[in-house]
Amino acid sequence: MLKFILRRTLIMIPQLFLLSLIVFVLAKAMPGDAITGAFAGDPNATEERKEELREKFGLNDPWYEQYGRWIGNAVQGDFGSSYMYKQPVTTLLAGKVGNTVLLALFTLIITYIIAIPLGIVAGRWTDTWADKLIVTYNYFSFATPLFVFSLLMLFLFSFILGWFPIGGSVDIKIEEGTWDYIVSKMEHLFLPVMSGALLATFGTIQYLRNDIIDTKLKDFVKTARAKGVPERKVYTKHILRNSLLPIAAFLGYEIAGLIGGSIFIESIFSYPGLGQLFLTSIGARDFTVVTALVMILGTATIIGTMLSDIILSIVDPRIRVE
Amino acid sequence: MSLLKINDLKVHYPIRGGFFRGVVDHVKAVDGISFELQPGETYGLVGESGCGKTTTGRAIIGLNKATDGEILFEGTDLVKQKGSDRRKHVKDIQMIFQDPYSSLNVRKNILNIIAEPLRNFERMSPGEELKRVQALVDRVGLNPESIYKYPHQFSGGQRQRIGIARALTLNPKLIIADEPVSALDVSVQAQVLNFMQEIQKEYNLTYLFISHDLGIIKHMCDRIGIMYRGRFVEEGTAGDVYNNPQHLYTKRLIAAIPEMDPEKRFEKTHLRQSINEEYRTNYDNYFDKDGRMFDLKSISTTHSVALQ
Amino acid sequence: MTENLLFEIEIYRLYKEEVFLGNSVLEIENLRASFRIKGDYYAAVDGVSLTVHENEVVAIVGESGCGKSALALSIMGLHNLKTTKLEGQVNFQSQNLLSLSPAKLNKVRGKDIGMIFQDPMTALNPLATIGRQIEEPMDYHMKLSSAAKKKRTMDLLRRVGIKNEQRIYGQYPHELSGGMRQRVIIAIALACDPVLLIADEPTTALDVTIQAQIMDLLKELQNQIKSGIILITHDLGVVAEMADRVAVMYAGEVVEIAEVRELFMNPLHPYTRSLLNSIPSNMEAKAKLHVIEGIVPSIQNLDRIGCRFAPRVAWVPEEDHETNPQMHEVKPNHFVRCTCYKNFHFPEGRVGEKDYVAT
Repeated sequence: MLKFILRRTLIMIPQLFLLSLIVFVLAKAMPGDAITGAFAGDPNATEERKEELREKFGLNDPWYEQYGRWIGNAVQGDFGSSYMYKQPVTTLLAGKVGNTVLLALFTLIITYIIAIPLGIVAGRWTDTWADKLIVTYNYFSFATPLFVFSLLMLFLFSFILGWFPIGGSVDIKIEEGTWDYIVSKMEHLFLPVMSGALLATFGTIQYLRNDIIDTKLKDFVKTARAKGVPERKVYTKHILRNSLLPIAAFLGYEIAGLIGGSIFIESIFSYPGLGQLFLTSIGARDFTVVTALVMILGTATIIGTMLSDIILSIVDPRIRVE
Repeated sequence: MSLLKINDLKVHYPIRGGFFRGVVDHVKAVDGISFELQPGETYGLVGESGCGKTTTGRAIIGLNKATDGEILFEGTDLVKQKGSDRRKHVKDIQMIFQDPYSSLNVRKNILNIIAEPLRNFERMSPGEELKRVQALVDRVGLNPESIYKYPHQFSGGQRQRIGIARALTLNPKLIIADEPVSALDVSVQAQVLNFMQEIQKEYNLTYLFISHDLGIIKHMCDRIGIMYRGRFVEEGTAGDVYNNPQHLYTKRLIAAIPEMDPEKRFEKTHLRQSINEEYRTNYDNYFDKDGRMFDLKSISTTHSVALQ
Repeated sequence: MTENLLFEIEIYRLYKEEVFLGNSVLEIENLRASFRIKGDYYAAVDGVSLTVHENEVVAIVGESGCGKSALALSIMGLHNLKTTKLEGQVNFQSQNLLSLSPAKLNKVRGKDIGMIFQDPMTALNPLATIGRQIEEPMDYHMKLSSAAKKKRTMDLLRRVGIKNEQRIYGQYPHELSGGMRQRVIIAIALACDPVLLIADEPTTALDVTIQAQIMDLLKELQNQIKSGIILITHDLGVVAEMADRVAVMYAGEVVEIAEVRELFMNPLHPYTRSLLNSIPSNMEAKAKLHVIEGIVPSIQNLDRIGCRFAPRVAWVPEEDHETNPQMHEVKPNHFVRCTCYKNFHFPEGRVGEKDYVAT
């Protein structure tokens, strides 16, 4: 088992290297650079001045030298400085990572709290009114675009009803560490989490429902019934265990997806996290920040998939590693 | 000259393991077998699942790569042939698969299924092609009008006939039949077996008949090779093998055939008991010190056994 | 198993078969199992009556689609009741299984009736250990401490011929071969000392040598436990080796019932005779095998009036068949449906090879 995890971790190294290379090259290939971004709208900036700065920051060096410099620093935790915010990228991100992780984590939990019972009900009692209702909800959540739904939620619950704050991650007037602080955090999280979760249930419900319908017909379920196992236990002990297995395994992928998916939600709810920072940085061509962010999101994805592999190898005896 | 001569054929698959997923060992699916097929005969390859009989068939037709050895078809070694040279010969060797449900493409109609080999190997006008396919369909006992139907519209036995028609399109010399009737009910099985015997005479076919069912093999085959763990255990005419089995494994296999006479069921159980007893006590005598089966030694002109 | 024991079994069998049949364990009366297809119900098991006695192996034989598996599942109540209609009576321990509530039926299944399934590769839960799966029926039917359950499970594993039971106990199904898994499935069926065993094609998915082992094991166990066994199979060889009595099924009906030696020596119904003649090992090498014309009709297309086998023996004159075929006792305990067996003969020449097999 340990060997498997170790090998799986080692495989990450070339993956990450490749990722960093792609990110860097793509960033370089985009039109403009940090200098154009920094002086955008500044009529006093002359071409000579910009060229001078480029020379100074090493932006005229061959790409591989720039890459070497960048990756060397990145490994030591230094992603350079943001041109826009005039502070080290690491400091800039530190304040935002927590918010995004919190958002992703709660979205994930709420998604599962909604999706797993619904999937089970729909799968076990197929073709009943409950199943039809759930399937209908599922199609709606699949078809509704995230930004439309989020805006609707924001409009209804914040503007019209005024139940929840319109933006931010916490009320700035409240002191950190108090009970009120936590409550305020939760209030700010509620709408973005619900908007994300209600639409993210689609995959889990659909998968669970189909898998239960399949598993119901498996021979080992027939064996269980022939043993005289009561119907309720046939579900809890045989069908659900088998059907929930892939859901557990997808956990890693879900985390990766949610961190990537935070971009929309955070922008709409003006929630100060990585996603929002990502959009503003692209707008400002703040490449040091963008590359660092893409690296972080990419790494999260790679770790997520690794997590999935490891979870699966733990819960499923068929692929359990000796 | 024999139609097909297999010399010391080996098919090995690597097993990967260890930290860097290196090749640590090989699965010896087929581990040095030799046999010959004379034109017009039916040669049976028998054994239990995993003995390498299917791998052998697939290696001959080129679906599995031979690791070592020779596959001489009319004197040409197919193992050494590449690309188009091989295709020329492959045309003369066709295969009938086990499962008539999954070996036919469900999205193609019968015309397209049967005509496919023709399109690959021969240039024919659509008119000629249609005539040829209709003749074949008629020959395998299906209504020529049914060529525009799809596989799901046929029963299992009929699908297997379609599989046979497809194998016959190029006038092959050798047909490898891999468990052709295992998925069928007995009465349908009888249809297909009878039919295979008829077309054998008519088209002068040679069969390599692969099966785990000793009853069917005995019924169909002139000569038989018994396989176990990638090696030959015993080879001989149907009479040699069934009436005078020499190797313990062959005896065990034959004793395992259910007895069709209820009166003799206890004798049969006794026979199995004593063979199993010998199997337990004498097992090691039938293998060399590496646990590998001995090479075949002939004990009569037709009969050979893997004994020390 | 010692030679002596085998000898005893033999003597016992001879005694049993010729002298008496024990008390009946299961009485099926006019059982009809119909499946809903596009709104209508079609009977797959159509009026089957059958009795199974103590210490008796009754084989139900027929080709796929004849209703033999549907019959087994009906007895166990394993059909989906939303799409299946069950009529008639399945009397077991003086209650009709068909009229029991699910809760009451669960007190019977796995305890007094055990079932062995066809495919050992799929019949075990991939996520539970072998030990757990054998102990599961004991959880519901027996009041045992977990230590007692474990002990019982070890005994069962040894009884089904598994030697390293300590190790197997904690293993998962994928770690075992097909033959081993089938032994485990038999152990599950035997877990609570059933008085009736239903074995649905117990050897079909296995290799020949494993099949022989499982057959011998079942024979040995049957002699120990003295329960009634319903053996469902399409393989007449398995029937000849295992059965005491045989019921041949065609198109949802039993067409012939007889004691096993009688059936093989003196088969009467045209379907039974056709089946026996289509088996390669029954015939001379390279001889023509008998082919049954046409195909088994699907339950929707089945003509339920008159002799159901008539379309497949087209050369038999219409007046030879009964209009409403009944079971006739032609000899003591030998029953045949319809009168068409009386003058039945196989046609000369190319048996059953019409120009087009079917369209």
